[in-house]
Amino acid sequence: MSVFPSTAASKAAGRTAATRSKPRGQRTAYLFIAPLGLGFAVFYFWPLLQTFYFSFTEFGAFGGHTFIGTDNYLRVVKDVTVWQALGNTLFYSLIGLTALPVAIVVASLLNRRGLRGVAVYRALYFVPFVTLPVAVGLVWNWLYNGDFGLLNEMLSRFGVDRHYWVSDPSTAVYAIGTVMVWSSTGYYLIIFMAGIKGIPRDYYEAAEIDGAGALRRFFTITLPLLSPTIFFASVICMINSLQTFDLIYIMMAEKNPAIGDTQSVVGLFYKWAFIENAQGAAAALAFLLMLLIAALTYLQFRLQKRWVHYG
Amino acid sequence: MRRRTLLGGALAAPLLAACSGGGGGADGGGGTTLSYGMWDPAQAPGMEKIIAAFEERHPRISVRIELTPWASYWTTLKTSMRGGTAPDVFWMNAVNFQLYAAGGVLEPLSGHIEADATPVDHHPDSLVRLYAYRGTQYGIPKDFDTVGLWYNKALFDKAGIKYPDASWTWDDLRDAAAELTDPRRRVHGFAAEMDRQMKIYPAVCGAGGFILEDGRSGFGDERSIEGLRFLTDMIDRGWSPPQSAMVESVGRVRYWSEKVAMNYDLSAMAGQMYAVPALKDHGGIAVLPKGRRRATIIHGLANVISAKSRKKAAAWKFVHFMAGREAAEIQAKAGATISSYAGTQDAWLKSMPEFDLKHFIEMQKYAVPYPSSENTAVWENLQYPLLGAAFSGKGGIESAARTLGEQMDRALEEERAS
Repeated sequence: MSVFPSTAASKAAGRTAATRSKPRGQRTAYLFIAPLGLGFAVFYFWPLLQTFYFSFTEFGAFGGHTFIGTDNYLRVVKDVTVWQALGNTLFYSLIGLTALPVAIVVASLLNRRGLRGVAVYRALYFVPFVTLPVAVGLVWNWLYNGDFGLLNEMLSRFGVDRHYWVSDPSTAVYAIGTVMVWSSTGYYLIIFMAGIKGIPRDYYEAAEIDGAGALRRFFTITLPLLSPTIFFASVICMINSLQTFDLIYIMMAEKNPAIGDTQSVVGLFYKWAFIENAQGAAAALAFLLMLLIAALTYLQFRLQKRWVHYG
Repeated sequence: MRRRTLLGGALAAPLLAACSGGGGGADGGGGTTLSYGMWDPAQAPGMEKIIAAFEERHPRISVRIELTPWASYWTTLKTSMRGGTAPDVFWMNAVNFQLYAAGGVLEPLSGHIEADATPVDHHPDSLVRLYAYRGTQYGIPKDFDTVGLWYNKALFDKAGIKYPDASWTWDDLRDAAAELTDPRRRVHGFAAEMDRQMKIYPAVCGAGGFILEDGRSGFGDERSIEGLRFLTDMIDRGWSPPQSAMVESVGRVRYWSEKVAMNYDLSAMAGQMYAVPALKDHGGIAVLPKGRRRATIIHGLANVISAKSRKKAAAWKFVHFMAGREAAEIQAKAGATISSYAGTQDAWLKSMPEFDLKHFIEMQKYAVPYPSSENTAVWENLQYPLLGAAFSGKGGIESAARTLGEQMDRALEEERAS
């Protein structure tokens, strides 16, 4: 599943085909794109333009808006909670990225020849990803519960003191990060398993004949040839982590003393837009977050040239 | 996933409202159907009874309840206001009232009240004033809530302490909390929870401080800080669980499970307490102990009419009926909440004879109305993040309160400027 090289290749192929039979072929192509394009225009592009416009307005709680220039952007930049939320969000992306190595290792273990019950393992790992974040958050909150939680119960056997994992500011981010990694690993696992399947067996056989051990094979064959997939996964992972909201919303109660230390940018957006009636400022925040995601994704695309092998 | 759920919610709300609003029909013809927006399912049976009595009087008007869960009530209402599908009559609270009144989406009621001699003067004055904006009345209270001291008689007996009564001061509460705390059984004397309506506001006002006066925050005030310290001090001394522990099991739940001997809680919770056999047997109620002065917080819901309603005449008839003695008595009998109409509370008192509910009504005399401004949610949202550390035994309540006061003043300034 080397997504990017194949799209690059098809783009090149399309270009030559298009130049050859321009008028008719193109019209048909547009016809095929139309359903998706229309949906994109109505549900993504138009709202995007609107958000951009509303970010320069003060938006009334019951409709109506007045243009106020760049005030909203100034408010966003000056607000310390924004920077705190941004710091938290970047931290979540870092934690979120640890799901990738875990998934790669598990994927290569599951791809060993002769392993029985691969489908069962795959399903087990995938279940957390398809479970509703609300359910995941509620169940993990019970595991973390300071008074009756399973985690404290287990740790108490080893003499560890009772701890309020999600309401202590020093542990709350990690507690949430763990759940994020736990629930997303399965998704990356599926991607990596498909990626590894795409690596020709001959390479491994040849390496084995040459006397390469399992570790050597992993680092010199699997990893480099999987790098396009890893790149794809890291882009997706980063975008998902930067937009993180639902899990935190469920896990962190309003009166949680750690709320400032765990609030994400989108969480702050939600609070501004839907509770504090500051839709204009919320629009500015959302737009800046989009720019940040675009910038970081661009950076990743630039950096990929250094480490991604398109074998 | 997030985008899908958010979008889904936003799209679904007006759609649902539109579907259910379809049967309404205009005035005349087969009569009028009003929609009545509310959030508390526990009050639905009582409301149904009031509606039945109303429909008997006004055969050409029928009322249908639109129940929206609390968690989405306000976002749904705001969205449906924009979409023009808001209920004709709906519940309003103090936090949101001024925003709605200033937004021009509520029907002014002053003229109607005068014309029909609606008995607003039979409702607590402090509550009636909560629902007036710039001299115009927009809502009429239907019920009220005060905060009282709930205690566990069994735990008091075990510790050999006299039950709380009207003579109690904060010192008595502190002494009792110390005595009742039993670390081995993980029982705490008191639940000094970080909760504005039930703990913070009553304590601040009891200390002689204030939350909001003349558009100014009271959190930086020395007396207010003293009130906050009254709460955090009990956490620091171990007489109350820290807030970090009360996120997962809130004070109310700890009181239910007899892990907390005393708790400040709302009168509206009486029904739920009554349903817990142990508490029905040995739960007690007293007025809040006196700090520098006697105080509790009073809040009540009001019925309001949407300015966008096309059935305002019928809607007013309903709101007028809800403001009267008959409706109040039906509501009181249902037991879910205290009716705000003076003299109709007997039915509520008798609905739970084991509880000394009268203390909740007594406290009306010195109760402070729930503080609010035009954009209350903005400065309310400042409180928990800033006070959280101090309520978790980390200290620093003085500086946290002063910072809160400054930030709240800035929020109030912005509110006035907009």
